[in-house]
Amino acid sequence: MIRYAIKRLLMAIPTLLAMLTAVFILVRLVPGDPAAVMLGDQASAEALDALRKQLGLDLPMHLQYLNFLRDMLSGNFGASMATGRTVLHEVSLVLPWTLQLTGASILIGIVFGLPLGIWAALRRNAWPDYLGRILSLVGLSFPAFVSAILMLLVFSIELQWFPVIGSTGARTWTQQLHNLALPAFNLGLIMTAYVMRVTRASMLGVMGEDYIRTARAKGVRPMRLILRHGLRNALIPIVTVVGLYFGTLIGNSVLTEIVFNRPGLGKLILGALNSRDYTLLQGLMVVFASCVIVVNLITDLVYGLVDPRVKYK
Amino acid sequence: MSAVATPAVAKPNSVWQALRKNRMSWIGIGLLLLIVIAAVFAPLLAPFDPFQQNIAFRLEPPSAEFWLGTDSYGRDVLSRLIYGSRVSLLVGFVAILIAMCIGSALGILAGYVGGMVDQIIMGLVDVLLSFPTLLLGIMVAAMLGASLENLIVAIAITEIAPFIRVARAPTIALKQRDFVEAGRALGFGPIRLMGVHILPNMISDVVVLGSLWMASAIRTEASLSFVGLGVPPPIATWGSMIREGFEHILDAWWLTVFPSLAILITVLALNLLGDALRDAIDPKLRSERA
Repeated sequence: MIRYAIKRLLMAIPTLLAMLTAVFILVRLVPGDPAAVMLGDQASAEALDALRKQLGLDLPMHLQYLNFLRDMLSGNFGASMATGRTVLHEVSLVLPWTLQLTGASILIGIVFGLPLGIWAALRRNAWPDYLGRILSLVGLSFPAFVSAILMLLVFSIELQWFPVIGSTGARTWTQQLHNLALPAFNLGLIMTAYVMRVTRASMLGVMGEDYIRTARAKGVRPMRLILRHGLRNALIPIVTVVGLYFGTLIGNSVLTEIVFNRPGLGKLILGALNSRDYTLLQGLMVVFASCVIVVNLITDLVYGLVDPRVKYK
Repeated sequence: MSAVATPAVAKPNSVWQALRKNRMSWIGIGLLLLIVIAAVFAPLLAPFDPFQQNIAFRLEPPSAEFWLGTDSYGRDVLSRLIYGSRVSLLVGFVAILIAMCIGSALGILAGYVGGMVDQIIMGLVDVLLSFPTLLLGIMVAAMLGASLENLIVAIAITEIAPFIRVARAPTIALKQRDFVEAGRALGFGPIRLMGVHILPNMISDVVVLGSLWMASAIRTEASLSFVGLGVPPPIATWGSMIREGFEHILDAWWLTVFPSLAILITVLALNLLGDALRDAIDPKLRSERA
């Protein structure tokens, strides 16, 4: 297990380097002079020169690349052009909001998705299964901002159950929860649809196994059969697939935050886009791609930890 | 002497038969047909010119004259929706086509050549998958600048990785089959072997995946348009219509609801079809159902 963990860790290094190279190339794809793009048409020649020097754009390409790698690997992801704060500082300012939202949505997804998925799998090709499959497909068809807008229209504007905008003013935790409810429910619904689908497929596979038949023949009680013998084995692929969903979850939370006007990564990215803050965008890309790589790594390690059948050479 | 190529994964006939049995896929196909008809015959179906501004009819709610209301420039929402289907479908389709061609070519190459080439291409897949899809799309679109072509390129890049994977796995199995071996013995070059002998045996898988991922491409298009990286105005896409309508969300619900429903119905139809297709080509699932 330890050898596998070390090997898996070493395997992440080339991915990380390749990811950084991809970001480097992507940023160099900007048509024309990046400095001119950042400063706009009106910029003076001196200002452009100064910015080029500051960004290291006057150096030959291979030196730019090495500098870039050195900075990124030492955790120096650059600073926002607009505010002057470092990328990590900017992220740390909004991260609690996004974590609150994504955490709540994952919780909703597990609480509703797991039981519904199990139920659908046990009632295969009966109405709970059909209904569940259609509903989860509908849930997965919503772009996150579309469902968010529809919820905003119905629950905030029409019924006025929830505040329309802003959640920075909330003082007490009940107010915060009230503000969090609708965005979290929006993300949570998509998460539920996803968890349910994966759970159903995984449970279907496991419940067809021989050891389930054996356990049933032995007279194991249905509840114990489903949870101990079935779900425990079905959980492994569920954990993996949900781990792989992390990247999509970030994207969906970005869109949800924009619609509900919540502080968080979404507004940070939108702000960076609108102010053409390319260093901030570049830094954000690196930070989040690194997060995905780390989450994938952890998912793989957890997989190895919980599944004794998997033998790693 | 000619090697008879038995399809390795799925026979088109059985896929078609499985589809016919699946009622959900019929709903998907029906909805898709309606949307494609709307896109193709947009000039005949749209009651008004989608670009015609009319200040006298600003933000009219849905009525007998304007079925889905008008926007803040007095343009007819229904007409813009119908014309918007052209751009949304086109972007999704072309982006997936590009991703499909590049992805399956790379996948076959990785599977066939193996070794270093395989490692490099699979490394590329890991890198592509390490970017959150939306962030990668935002980044590429922002770097290239907002235009129709760049939007398509940005979406295509986010969708390449799954095609590489799907083409690579059967290639590894196929290249050891007798008919490929025979072709090699006859002195056929690797390009001919990959293109003529291996590709046709997996094309149905790749196409099925394409329809499945077109839903994702259309969703990404809408999302990028919503954050302002879509096709520049005045061209209407569903995503940009929602973006414009979002500014009036408090007083003009029809500006956001109708394009939202259009996106939802299209993506759902593609997902219904894609799901049925995936069930149809996955032999494990098929035998379970029988």
